[in-house]
Amino acid sequence: MSVMEPGQNLTTISANISEETLNPGRRLWWWGGFLVAVAFTALFVLAIEYLFIAGIGIWGVDIPVAWGFAIANYVWWIGIASGGTIISALFYLTQSEWRSAVNRIAESMTLFAAAAAGVMPILHLGRPSFFYWLFPIPNTMGLWPQFRSPLLWDFFAILTYVVSSVLFWYLGLLPDLALVRDRATTYRRQLFYGIAALGWTGSHTQWRLHKTAYGLLAALMAPLVVSVHSIVGLDFSGGLLPGWHSTQFSPFFVFGAVLSGFATVLLLVIPVRRLYRLETYITAHHLNLLVIFMLLCSLLLAYSYLIDALLPFYGNDEYERAVAIHRFTGEWAWSFWAAVGLNVVIPQLLWFPRLRLRLWLVCLVSFGVFVGMWCERIMLVTSSLYEDFMPSAWGHFTGTVWDWSTLLGSVGFAAAGFFLFLRYVPVASAYELKELLPPAERHG
Amino acid sequence: MSRRFWWRSFAERADDPDYLAAIAHEFPEPHGEGGVDRRRFLQLVAASAALAGLDGCSSLPPEHIVPRVEPLAGEEAGVPRYVATALVQEGYATGAILQHRMGRPVKLEGNPDHPASLGAADATLQAAILDLYDPERSAAVLNSGRVVDWNKLTLLLAGKRTDWAKTGGAGLRILTGRMTSPTLAAQLAALLKQYPGAAWHQWEPMSRDAVAGGANLAFGKPVEALPQFDKADIVLAIESDAISSAPGHLAYARAFAERRRAAETGQGKMSRVYAIEATPTLIGASADHRFALKPAEIETTLRAIAAAVGAGPNEWQDGDRPHWVDAVVADLSTHKGVALVHAGAEQSSTIHSLAHAINAALSAPVRYIEPVAVGAADIKSLAAEMHAGKVDTLLILGGNPAYDAPADLGFVEALKRVKLSIQLATHADETAAVAAYHVPALHPFEDWGDGRAFDGTAAIVQPQIRPLVPGHSAAEMIALLAGAQTLDPRKQVIDHWRQTTPGDFDTVWAGWLRRGVIPNTAAGAASVSLRGDFAASLPKPAAAPGLTVLIRPDPFLRDGAQANNGWLQELPRPLTRLVWDNAALIAPATAKRLELGPEDVVEIASAGGAKVRVPALVAPGQAEDCVTLSLGFGRTAIGAVGRDVGVDVGRLRRAGALWQTGATLHPTGEHATLATTQHQQNMAGRDMVRTRPLTAAEDKHETVEASLYPRHPYDGNAWGMTISLSSCIGCGACTAACQAENNIPVVGREEVMRERAMHWIRVDRYWGGTPDAPEIAFQPVPCMHCEDAPCEVVCPVGATTHDSDGLNVMVYNRCVGTRFCSNNCPYKVRRFNFYGYSGNDPRPAMSWNPDVTVRGRGVMEKCTYCIQRIREAKIAADRDDRPIRDGEIVTACQQACPTQAIVFGDINDPKSAVSTRKATPLDYALLEELNTRPRTTYAARVTNRNPAIAEG
Amino acid sequence: MSALVAEFASEAGAVGAAFRLREEGLTAIEAYTPYPVEALDAILPRPRRALPVLVFAAGMLGLAGGFLMQWYGAAVSYPINIGGRPDASWPAFIPIAFEIAVLCAISAGFIGFFALARLPKPYQPIQALPGFERASQDRFFLSVDAADPHFDAARVTRAVEEFAPCSIVPWPS
Repeated sequence: MSVMEPGQNLTTISANISEETLNPGRRLWWWGGFLVAVAFTALFVLAIEYLFIAGIGIWGVDIPVAWGFAIANYVWWIGIASGGTIISALFYLTQSEWRSAVNRIAESMTLFAAAAAGVMPILHLGRPSFFYWLFPIPNTMGLWPQFRSPLLWDFFAILTYVVSSVLFWYLGLLPDLALVRDRATTYRRQLFYGIAALGWTGSHTQWRLHKTAYGLLAALMAPLVVSVHSIVGLDFSGGLLPGWHSTQFSPFFVFGAVLSGFATVLLLVIPVRRLYRLETYITAHHLNLLVIFMLLCSLLLAYSYLIDALLPFYGNDEYERAVAIHRFTGEWAWSFWAAVGLNVVIPQLLWFPRLRLRLWLVCLVSFGVFVGMWCERIMLVTSSLYEDFMPSAWGHFTGTVWDWSTLLGSVGFAAAGFFLFLRYVPVASAYELKELLPPAERHG
Repeated sequence: MSRRFWWRSFAERADDPDYLAAIAHEFPEPHGEGGVDRRRFLQLVAASAALAGLDGCSSLPPEHIVPRVEPLAGEEAGVPRYVATALVQEGYATGAILQHRMGRPVKLEGNPDHPASLGAADATLQAAILDLYDPERSAAVLNSGRVVDWNKLTLLLAGKRTDWAKTGGAGLRILTGRMTSPTLAAQLAALLKQYPGAAWHQWEPMSRDAVAGGANLAFGKPVEALPQFDKADIVLAIESDAISSAPGHLAYARAFAERRRAAETGQGKMSRVYAIEATPTLIGASADHRFALKPAEIETTLRAIAAAVGAGPNEWQDGDRPHWVDAVVADLSTHKGVALVHAGAEQSSTIHSLAHAINAALSAPVRYIEPVAVGAADIKSLAAEMHAGKVDTLLILGGNPAYDAPADLGFVEALKRVKLSIQLATHADETAAVAAYHVPALHPFEDWGDGRAFDGTAAIVQPQIRPLVPGHSAAEMIALLAGAQTLDPRKQVIDHWRQTTPGDFDTVWAGWLRRGVIPNTAAGAASVSLRGDFAASLPKPAAAPGLTVLIRPDPFLRDGAQANNGWLQELPRPLTRLVWDNAALIAPATAKRLELGPEDVVEIASAGGAKVRVPALVAPGQAEDCVTLSLGFGRTAIGAVGRDVGVDVGRLRRAGALWQTGATLHPTGEHATLATTQHQQNMAGRDMVRTRPLTAAEDKHETVEASLYPRHPYDGNAWGMTISLSSCIGCGACTAACQAENNIPVVGREEVMRERAMHWIRVDRYWGGTPDAPEIAFQPVPCMHCEDAPCEVVCPVGATTHDSDGLNVMVYNRCVGTRFCSNNCPYKVRRFNFYGYSGNDPRPAMSWNPDVTVRGRGVMEKCTYCIQRIREAKIAADRDDRPIRDGEIVTACQQACPTQAIVFGDINDPKSAVSTRKATPLDYALLEELNTRPRTTYAARVTNRNPAIAEG
Repeated sequence: MSALVAEFASEAGAVGAAFRLREEGLTAIEAYTPYPVEALDAILPRPRRALPVLVFAAGMLGLAGGFLMQWYGAAVSYPINIGGRPDASWPAFIPIAFEIAVLCAISAGFIGFFALARLPKPYQPIQALPGFERASQDRFFLSVDAADPHFDAARVTRAVEEFAPCSIVPWPS
């Protein structure tokens, strides 16, 4: 399987890639999808407004379960975001040619997922208007943040991750913005993309700097994304709660994150490839590799699940055991079994090469992982909280309509962003595709 | 998504035109409006109640008025003043000291000089302060629902007096509750002399007739028996209320607990307690042996015991009886002089007489005194006269008979046949709705009066604040009937005591007010001897009905008079942990037999034909075929807090059978959800409450402390607390005290059901053993103030930190509300303001404790060891340049605790009370394996079981 | 005239021409290509290698600065007793120090790139060259600066022509 169908040259690639941005034509599916996404975004805004007016009492959180959907959503989204970074950064370093066709889609997905994730911790606060107190900024009391708190580590991790993702994305996008600028016919587009391209001419000096800079950023993004999810894991294992206080949480969270990331990338790449007629550039080869990596992550996650389920019974901590048993049989057992089923069991179908080529099936499995990973997050949050050390303090947790609105709304929010990306930004990296051309084809 | 609060029904109330009319003069705004926005409406209610402090003084002579804008005499900003008074509950007085801030009473504490308090205060007592500030108190004279002027009533009565002068007061009737007030009693006596045709009746819903009846059966006179737990090695409690609600229960609990923690303190000998009861009680919970028997069985068993100790004929021992009875008898008879029996007020006269007989036979440590309460005709005869139309004028002084009178008397109908009925009450309640006139009563903290304690000691009730509503007092009403030249209640009280006091009255009077007690007024000892024909005179035991309904006072609402009190409504009931609800307690076996699921609604039909529908609650320790229902709920006419909360089971009561009745029960198929604060009922095999047999109380419990970090030094004071689980009786006084002291808002039924109760100290109740014969353990859980606090490390903004004394402090205005601290607290003692609870609390601003921050929305809060009290003592100590004395700082929970289970102090001082308590081998830290190094530790519960009785 | 600009349709042509020009001893050559042409790296003058040093320095600075900030805040400026832990509990300061390091490094790399590439510069004269818009699509441009000491329009034209350029134009004409 090749990374590009034959019959391509510089001219066709330039045309095909920029065409989608410049003359999209009447795309009903785009408007349909975009409007639905906007509707859910409106729900998101409504839920947030009511939250700010009434207070987080509108959610299901209580004592003992003081963390609920907001944290689960956050962990879920930030995990999904990892997909783009892994593909564009890690596989750039390993010089995997196939990444070039899909990295733009993946990176853009990362941006909007990270945005959705970034909102959650702020909504989660009892007093959201004071979230900036986590910044180490001078104040009249001379107070500092409390640097020992995993939540603060997380705050810095997210800050770094979001900023870096934007910079990395934009750096990679620059030459293609220039391409669109140069092919643009209307004044307004020339102006818009002209400003966005910042005067990129494609001079050899620029190219060499660009290569160096992009390489350096990629080399930094790869460890960054790992650190981010390790720290998210520490948000939990930094506490002393049974089920949270575990040494394997950092890798565990990285595995889960990458799995959800790949699943979401597949979930987006497959339809976009079809709708934008990108089969030439995103070939079966690409999808096959992505699916194999998803399967790999699913196996890694399976290992973590296994360890998490077995260790309590290996050690002799009665609280750990109790929580493990609650996870299998308790009030939220459904979320545990859903996670196991959707993230570990079903993906095993993808061992069969023939099934890997059934795109609708791949989509289904990926969607299953997309959902399953949320189940895992909510399972991790609640099942350790509602029955921990003191029996007298054991309680329950149920999400309210506002919890669910926030979750669905955030999906709409991220989706709306992605639709805008599809409309206004080249969906594949033209210059990197051109690099893939055999020397014979490198002409206009 | 419904966000409804506990006064939710206020909006409906606001549409009720009568109610609006009644309160119209207090705040016109809502008048005429259809739907008034609840929040706005409540603000008005609260505001008006506060304003009443200014404008509500019209009934007082102008020269008394001191505008609040000027500082009161001797008032110093930030410095509290303490004023003694007494609170008369169910007729008996308990001494109290009110803490005043800027002239406002903000906190009630027990009066150490008063025999019924000894410095402690139970929940109902402490909640009285909230009643004072209740914005829904009645504030106007009502004539069949319409607001009228007080003078209209006085003129009317002036006319009446001329008639009575002729008729000798024929047709004049006065109804009061139990009466121990010397002044009122004297006033009434005088009135009856003035109008020979008039009559005085009494109705006390919390009747103690059976107690008096028992004494009559045993001794031929209604003496009162005061058990002396300090002298009792063996206690046999027959569903005893001695440490929970009997008159003097605070004093009893103190003495009881001192003997229970003997192993801990090394002082004296630990007592052994047997409890025989049909429904669990507090004393049953702390007993060494607890036996659940049906009422009929209790009587036969008690007869057997009586016979065995030689207080009854031998045939009483015939028939089979439980295996343990012989062991109990042996224990009792080998402890003559130091063993006593006590039966609860709800037990039959027969049982009380048997208890007396056994005590006599054992020459038990019991003091007999002449009755403290002044008797009068009962309500039955009054109702009969009313039905017969013989009653022309009825004055109801306090009380709410339309709600709580025995159903078979048809009191409401009877009341309608009375030409002129006048009720004096704090709320426009059920009776006010029927009575011709309703007169707003002053709260005891606004009124003059007096009352006697369980042992007869008298105390003066003196006002603590200028009336918040234009109310009237009982003394005033009686004086009005008598046509006295002055109605001033203060004058009535002073005049009465002046007559009975020799010497310079004014100085002694001042002394009485200062100390809150009138010395040497305790009732004289009564000489008693068992009647010869006692055994023979006992009524034959009644045949046991299939199913017995036990009608019991709610632990906190009691007869329901305080039903509008949010603190009491939301205070978890000691044994059921229920709030805002009453339920039908059913034994697990019975529930299984009837195939009742938890919270299934059952319909209970009494022998009298009355029916109630109540959610069932399976209660371990309940006797089989016995259903316990609690009074005080289902109020229909009261403030919005207590209105329609729970079910009124009072309608099952009959004049002959107030406390129990045969009944039938069947499921309705309906299902209800009960609000509770504890969902897991046993310890799940964990050692939260550690129990040790007395024999093993000495072995030291070893703890290993390991840490990578050097231990943080605390050179100055190091505050710590210890809680004796042998002493704790689970009464909940600590929780109430904490709520009052620390401005803890009431969150309401819905929010409790969403697991958001705010109490800083909770009393956990665990069932152990088997469901039918459970062990019951209580454990108060405040913040542990861990030295290596897990909550602090995870806070990203440092909103919770340690201070130099080692307190785990919560900085409200730094908190951003991540709630990680609560997750990471293994004891789950942190509470979060999910909504702006304090802002929504309708209590007037003037009622909050100004020393404690009122928390806003979105911040975490928790027990602070009453840091405001620590600081106060620290400042005082610094001012006179001395170290803080041991015992100088008393936390609110410690202060209220009747059993002194809680001790607080400096653990750096080896001689401090807390250090000595912690030195006991029984001392242990909760979840110590987590190595959090709690400053709060527990003394394991010691049991003193009778080896002759097999376990379970 | 300040430069000669040759336009090629294929990578091979452009690379060949560039190589020949170098042989001619010309140095002031710049290429404009739709994608990075590695073959040119060896031929055209290499830009300063400042970027990696910059990024590394920024990273180290961020690491040290981040750690010092935490140590100063927790142990010097406002030490408070948090759960009995030491004021300077350094292991807990590592994650934030690392994140700050990465943030600094990445920002430095991004900003450094634009600084060294003399961007943003929305308009550059060469962009006015007719057909230059294809430099980002499918054409390869070589521009030889007239300021080059060895510059001779005739020689340059001759050197380039054998690689079949689409056009050779003096710019600006």
